[in-house]
Amino acid sequence: MKSSDLAALLDEPACDHNLKGKTGCARPTPGATAGGCTFDGAQIALLPIADVAHIVHGPSGCAGSSWDNRGARSSGPTLYKIGMTTDLSEQDVIMGRGEKRLFHAIKQAVDRYSPAAVFVYSTCVTALIGDDLEATCKAAAARWGVPVIPVDAAGFYGNKNLGNRLAGEAMLQYVVGGREPEPPPVDPVRPDLRVRDVNLIGEYNIAGEFWHTLPLFDELGLRVLCALSGDARFAEVQTMHRAEATMVVCSRAMLNVARKLKESYGIPWFEGSFYGINDVSAALRDFARLLDDADLSARTETLIAREEARLAVELAPWRERLRGRRALLYTGGVKSWSIVAALQDLGIQVVATGTKKSTEEDKARIKALMGEDAQMIEDGNARQLLNLARQHRADILIAGGRNQYTALKARLPFLDVNQEREHGYAGYQGMMTLARQLTRALENPVWEAVRRPAPWRVLPSPASRRGAGVEGRLEVRHG
Amino acid sequence: MAEILGRSKPLAVSPLKTSQPLGASLAVLGLNRAMPLLHGAQGCTAFAKVFLVRHFREPIPLQSTAMDPISSIMGADDNVIAALRTIAEKNRPAAIGLLTTGLSEAQGTDIQRVLKVFRARYPEFQNVRIVAANTPDFGGCLESGFALAVEAMIDAWVPPAEQAGTRPGRRSHQINVLCGSLLTPGDLDSLRELIEHFGLNPVLIPDLSDSLDGHLDAEDFSPVTVGGTPLSAFATLGDAAATLVVGPSLYPAAERLERRTGVPTHRFDHLYGLDANDRLVMTLAGIAGQVVSARLERRRARLQDALLDTHFLLGQTRIAIGADPDLLNAFSALLAETGAEVVAAVASSRSALLLRTPLPKIQIGDLEDLEDLGRARGVELVISNAHATTMAERLGVPLLRAGVPQYDRIGGYQRAWIGYDGSRQLLFELANTLLEQAEHGVAPYHSLYSRKTDSRQEASYGASQTSTHFDRRH
Repeated sequence: MKSSDLAALLDEPACDHNLKGKTGCARPTPGATAGGCTFDGAQIALLPIADVAHIVHGPSGCAGSSWDNRGARSSGPTLYKIGMTTDLSEQDVIMGRGEKRLFHAIKQAVDRYSPAAVFVYSTCVTALIGDDLEATCKAAAARWGVPVIPVDAAGFYGNKNLGNRLAGEAMLQYVVGGREPEPPPVDPVRPDLRVRDVNLIGEYNIAGEFWHTLPLFDELGLRVLCALSGDARFAEVQTMHRAEATMVVCSRAMLNVARKLKESYGIPWFEGSFYGINDVSAALRDFARLLDDADLSARTETLIAREEARLAVELAPWRERLRGRRALLYTGGVKSWSIVAALQDLGIQVVATGTKKSTEEDKARIKALMGEDAQMIEDGNARQLLNLARQHRADILIAGGRNQYTALKARLPFLDVNQEREHGYAGYQGMMTLARQLTRALENPVWEAVRRPAPWRVLPSPASRRGAGVEGRLEVRHG
Repeated sequence: MAEILGRSKPLAVSPLKTSQPLGASLAVLGLNRAMPLLHGAQGCTAFAKVFLVRHFREPIPLQSTAMDPISSIMGADDNVIAALRTIAEKNRPAAIGLLTTGLSEAQGTDIQRVLKVFRARYPEFQNVRIVAANTPDFGGCLESGFALAVEAMIDAWVPPAEQAGTRPGRRSHQINVLCGSLLTPGDLDSLRELIEHFGLNPVLIPDLSDSLDGHLDAEDFSPVTVGGTPLSAFATLGDAAATLVVGPSLYPAAERLERRTGVPTHRFDHLYGLDANDRLVMTLAGIAGQVVSARLERRRARLQDALLDTHFLLGQTRIAIGADPDLLNAFSALLAETGAEVVAAVASSRSALLLRTPLPKIQIGDLEDLEDLGRARGVELVISNAHATTMAERLGVPLLRAGVPQYDRIGGYQRAWIGYDGSRQLLFELANTLLEQAEHGVAPYHSLYSRKTDSRQEASYGASQTSTHFDRRH
């Protein structure tokens, strides 16, 4: 990848902060850095495409430590869950045999797994030794008769966001526009319904949460041509150019895809979130607005009214239990405000939120939700998070899996909201799951047990206890 | 002598191998107040960290030199120096393990030289012990990376006897134990107890049972490891009465230690099963000059009884194993003792040990290879890490999780399978894993002429669906 290409990607014009003289994201600090690399970001963005063989071209560290490690779910093929890597040896690196190995690796994947397409991810080592990914993929596609898409997003190029963006760029360059969608099937119950086609970008179907919202789209007659990339198929990505509206669900890092779909195909887009009742409703309204469809608008309002009324009843007891609880939120990008809204919906007070990967727009939304004085955590290492939690008397830390055990060691309740999580919180129904998981974490009796010191550390010494009945009984009870 | 079949295909599918830098990081995590530092892009660290966090369910200290496009091409020495300085300043570790990755090795870093530059430039951090090892991920596997880090520790921190004035046996009760990556924190705990049982004082290197045993500490947070081998212990190794080394991957490290100190080495390929533990107990009794206690004798008798109780299930059972070489060899030896047959064996990486592993053939490869071999040879049980879950499901046979990672189990990393007691537990687990899915006896046969009208009901309880998988057992 040329440095000029990288610079162009870092300067995403749809991002407000690039108008202020600051470009891209800060460079990581050696010895004090956290977070994934560009390759990681590209994988997050594309691995959920379920019928694709995802080949990592590099030594064993990249795929070996990371495959089988994400919660994105598929309603059909499981090919995306199979880790594939050229697993380069030292000899391959020294002798420059990487391209040849890759070429035959693609054949092996095609022969055995009949993928809809092959995606090839470059890594640090293959980028450094100069393997020509694009040429190899082109040759392999011609030879083996399957689309082979190069995703040039080596780890050292930068951070995860850049990887998301490069992945999106690869889809735009090589995949989108490759096929026309079939006409939508006619719904026998509503034969006259005008079905409208839409895209979702940045919906990864973690823990299947997209399936909380997809039925709503069906009900409204919105056909999701492609969710990039939750439960997606290669053929769906190919048809994204025919959508009539795009929603950027998570990660502004893939804003480039929405922007270019608008530039090239005139598809309007908006940003939204499926976390929190208000945001789900707002997203559905935004679709109706962009599609400029009065009938759809009316049906959308009916659906929203019904769902909100239902949830108001179902959530009432949970809100009662959660009211006044204080949460410290530390997560990236869009979730830094979208989860705030969901938590506030449940009556939880968010005392601070992380903004490490948030854009200027994200921060503006945080202020709108939490007030001008909202505490934002720019770079929260574990120590700082725990200090903040204590300072703000937080009842729970809500963050990504890597901070989970930090919280537990400090005997602080924790909820995982990142990609390894096991529960889906999106959509109206996701709010019920979120409420249940929050109370499960907060109300558990273990918190008392793990904070209780060993009895021999708190009781007076045996000599002074003699004759003191109360302690004596305590001792018996604790055995 | 086993025939080793080299990697036969260009693409690794469902990789079995975990990388060298991750293994080396794990070894450093067994030192007290330590921080492993991977010299590479930030993803090298992020992936390894998530991997280890999910396996151990513990916070994992791990840092990165954060190479970017400029430093990857123009040289990343400054990144290393900046990272060492930042960690030394911010986290106050007792030790830092500076470990290379594929990226920094392909770039051609010379970390020993960079380390010297750091030492010269920042004398104020002299008290932070730093060990550097070359652990590119285009070679070896977790096990070899772990071993390379232990070798580097011995080179860096164990002074030669003539220089330090150490004398083998001066600390007549100290036993050095070089603990290979095939041992879990739970294994290490029980090994320590056994050695202490003989009145000896073990020094475990590295000691994951003290750092990653999953205990709730009084402190709410530490940026470096809590527990593990204290750095001061390395200076005492030369005075020990003996060194035990468990796991052939650490034999080169043990040789270095013996060459430097003259302390005699006792080698153990593994500590599974009767034979290996008899040798261990005899060795310890010899070093301690003690008779073996009645309690140990009872434990041995229990293991013998377990061999009897489980032999109906394990005898002639066809087993597939996918693991790093040391663990593969350990299971092969144990299963040979029980009469089970290892009919499919895949190792993640080459090792001299594999040649003498008691198996006819060993494939160097991945879990796809193990699946193909397993299907072709009709295996009844798979032993591998958690990545093999879906593969075992496709084969329709149970999986005993061993090695790393074990994402989908809680406490897998703490299981103690060594010693007489641990081996007994392992036999029970093997047998129970088979029992859970096994159907004994003959599959029901429905006669053409039968008047029984309730046969469909039985089928709906799963008998007919699962019976196909177990035809081989009859």
